[in-house]
Amino acid sequence: MKLRVENIFDKYIINLGACGIRCGFIPFGERRSESDSIRQREIDAGTSSTSSSYYYSTSFRVSFIHFSPLMLASFQHSKMLRAIRHKNILPAFSAFRAFSSSAKEMTVREALNSALDEEMSADPKVFLMGEEVGEYQGAYKITKGLLDKYGPERVLDTPITEAGFTGIGVGAAYYGLRPVVEFMTFNFSMQAIDHIINSAAKSNYMSAGQISVPIVFRGPNGAAAGVGAQHSQCYAAWYASCPGLKVLSPYSSEDARGLLKAAIRDPDPVVFLENELLYGESFPVSAEVLDSSFCLPIGKAKIEREGKDVTITAFSKMVGYALKAAEILAKEGISAEVINLRSIRPLDRSTINASVRKTNRLVTVEEGFPQHGVGAEICTSVIEESFGYLDAPVERIAGADVPMPYAANLERMAVPQVEDIVRAAKRACYRSVPLAATA
Amino acid sequence: MSLSATKFVHPITTPPSTRSSDKPLFSTFFGSNHTKLRFNKPIVVAQRRSSSAASTSSPVVAVSDVVKEKKLKSASNLLITKEEGLVIYEDMILGRFFEDMCAQMYYRGKMFGFVHLYNGQEAVSTGFIKFLKKEDYVVSTYRDHVHALSKGVPAREVMSELFGKATGCCRGQGGSMHMFSKQYNLLGGFAFIGEGIPVATGAAFSSKYRREVLKEPGADEVTLAFFGDGTCNNGQFYECLNMAALWKLPIVFVVENNLWAIGMSHLRATSDPQIWKKGPAFGMPGIHVDGMDVLKVREVAKEAIERARRGEGPTLVECETYRFRGHSLADPDELRDPAEKAHYAGRDPITALKKYLFDNKLASEQELKAIDKKIEELLDDAVEFADESPLPPRSQLLENVFADPKGFGIGPDGKYRCEDPKFTQGTAHV
Repeated sequence: MKLRVENIFDKYIINLGACGIRCGFIPFGERRSESDSIRQREIDAGTSSTSSSYYYSTSFRVSFIHFSPLMLASFQHSKMLRAIRHKNILPAFSAFRAFSSSAKEMTVREALNSALDEEMSADPKVFLMGEEVGEYQGAYKITKGLLDKYGPERVLDTPITEAGFTGIGVGAAYYGLRPVVEFMTFNFSMQAIDHIINSAAKSNYMSAGQISVPIVFRGPNGAAAGVGAQHSQCYAAWYASCPGLKVLSPYSSEDARGLLKAAIRDPDPVVFLENELLYGESFPVSAEVLDSSFCLPIGKAKIEREGKDVTITAFSKMVGYALKAAEILAKEGISAEVINLRSIRPLDRSTINASVRKTNRLVTVEEGFPQHGVGAEICTSVIEESFGYLDAPVERIAGADVPMPYAANLERMAVPQVEDIVRAAKRACYRSVPLAATA
Repeated sequence: MSLSATKFVHPITTPPSTRSSDKPLFSTFFGSNHTKLRFNKPIVVAQRRSSSAASTSSPVVAVSDVVKEKKLKSASNLLITKEEGLVIYEDMILGRFFEDMCAQMYYRGKMFGFVHLYNGQEAVSTGFIKFLKKEDYVVSTYRDHVHALSKGVPAREVMSELFGKATGCCRGQGGSMHMFSKQYNLLGGFAFIGEGIPVATGAAFSSKYRREVLKEPGADEVTLAFFGDGTCNNGQFYECLNMAALWKLPIVFVVENNLWAIGMSHLRATSDPQIWKKGPAFGMPGIHVDGMDVLKVREVAKEAIERARRGEGPTLVECETYRFRGHSLADPDELRDPAEKAHYAGRDPITALKKYLFDNKLASEQELKAIDKKIEELLDDAVEFADESPLPPRSQLLENVFADPKGFGIGPDGKYRCEDPKFTQGTAHV
């Protein structure tokens, strides 16, 4: 059995390589990722050329140019890493000077497309099913080119029958195939939710392990621009409350690639919530991400930005907003730690709690409806495990408790904006701010 | 044995034997006209015997005509041999006695929850499932005990599953309505009506995919989807009829029309109560058969299953049958007319088969009594086994939620939660 999901140690090996200077083994308890530790060092050294730019991606890219020296043959690098991984050798210090942090950018769309392409070519049992995934090249062009490459028997255009084709996907998964079912938006998954929950999520339990369902349900989730109430709901909380499902929500291209590959290889049903507005955004990716066996672990959050004063948790598009808010807060002297949840179920409670124990304040950000949402779960988790560490009540930022309005100004008010996050963080830090209007 | 009229209707467009392979609807595996054909076209079968009986342009043929033809042609005029007869009898008796035992156990408090019994409908289950190989798939509804038994799941395992014990076929985690068996290829057990139909279509899809894309030789499993008359008004049913016919999946849709959906009469709920007519609307044959007569069901089942195995696509079979008990053991069954119940009790499939066996001297009274006794002993043993089996341990509560044990994520100590030795100690907090 190949080790598909990275174990935790891999990140630390990369980290060793990336910083180049550090020798020795990063202790287990630290939750660092390579990109943000590099960034942190840039900021500390004052060598980053970030101006008060609101574009996370450009500032990131610029900072990498300052970093030296650049790549070793990254391909050999990753081969050696794979060798080490398989042999389970953890070097006391790493001979790798530097790790490729080249300026290669990739949009989320390209990331998803390449992930699907690679998984389909690696395993002939993987097939795609959904409306317009074939000849139309994908409703949002995520599956572009795959019909020509793999043919109509592996990229199936279905009729408009969500309940029917979702059930067909589940039935096929019962017998060992690995379908990737696309919903044009997750709003349409409500027509098929019986199959996602009752036949997919619960089957392994009901059959006592005899039947597993290695299926992935993917599609855009949450609000887009001006699409109205029935096309804008966020389903993270709905699916994440159901045992037997894994729910993932990527933010950047790296997340998208790694998590989709992990989802396709996973033997359980995975709900993969993308975001339509992120499809066109590009993020820098390292060569490790481009490797065809790149996978991210399911159930582990990523600390996008380290901080000391307040923890901000977010997923999907809200991570971008949270990072912008963190920039603004940094100028006002509040150092915010931004956690990209990545995995809504299972929720990485240990990372969140460790962060709250460090900063003592928490702001949860999500796009969906507030009642019974992801933020409510995080808040309770923190209260259960780290109550004594909280210095302020948990601030919960969510979408407005109304169906999404159509008018552009109302829509802007119904979705959290960067200013809302900034205000909430300041409230958590007991800085006086005028209260925002509540719906 | 009375031969009531049964109709065998092909789609009005073209009779199957003359179906041309140029028509895009029937030629490629998955629809598009724009991509070139990659796979074998479905095998065009030789002239079928039924079309010789209907040499005129009318495609409607009565099975009774076919049966008469067979009788003239074959030397013996019997539909089954002695061995087959005894096998069928034993299976139906097993189903009937098992369900009666379930009722007894329920009223003694050993079984609980929702229990839906199959008394009276055994002909459908036996008639169809006894033609299947072990690798073929059966997808059922909540009325699935007898489908499980016919498919081969041992009575002991089914009984202990119903008692909720750890030795059940799903270790007590499924229950009456969710019987799954990977070994016997039984996919439960779906409580929502209509839920099993797309899943069955998917299983049929998987066997076709494995044959044509993965090129596995001998992957010709047929799927049977059992469901009731109420389900035929559900949207998922139509979605799957469409897709199964579109992609020519090896599936047989078996409607167990027992005329009642809990307390709702089929005639009150359906605009056109003749369900078999819905098949031709989607391009597949629709057949209506007397579901209280196991031999007639067998005729039709053989044809439909072989059609699917040859790759010619799906069939819709409506079996007119009746359930002698209420919808479930909690149903007082007050709405059904006693005269109707008496009428169908007179058409009990087991009595009819017995009469056939005696009349045609295929079996004697003693042989059948011996089978009865054998089944009774089997069931007593099953009940004893289930009684003595242990309840599931506390640690089983959290098991099998995910196939990937790391699915519970990473715990506070940074390791996967499932690696914590206390993980399955039965605490609800994860």
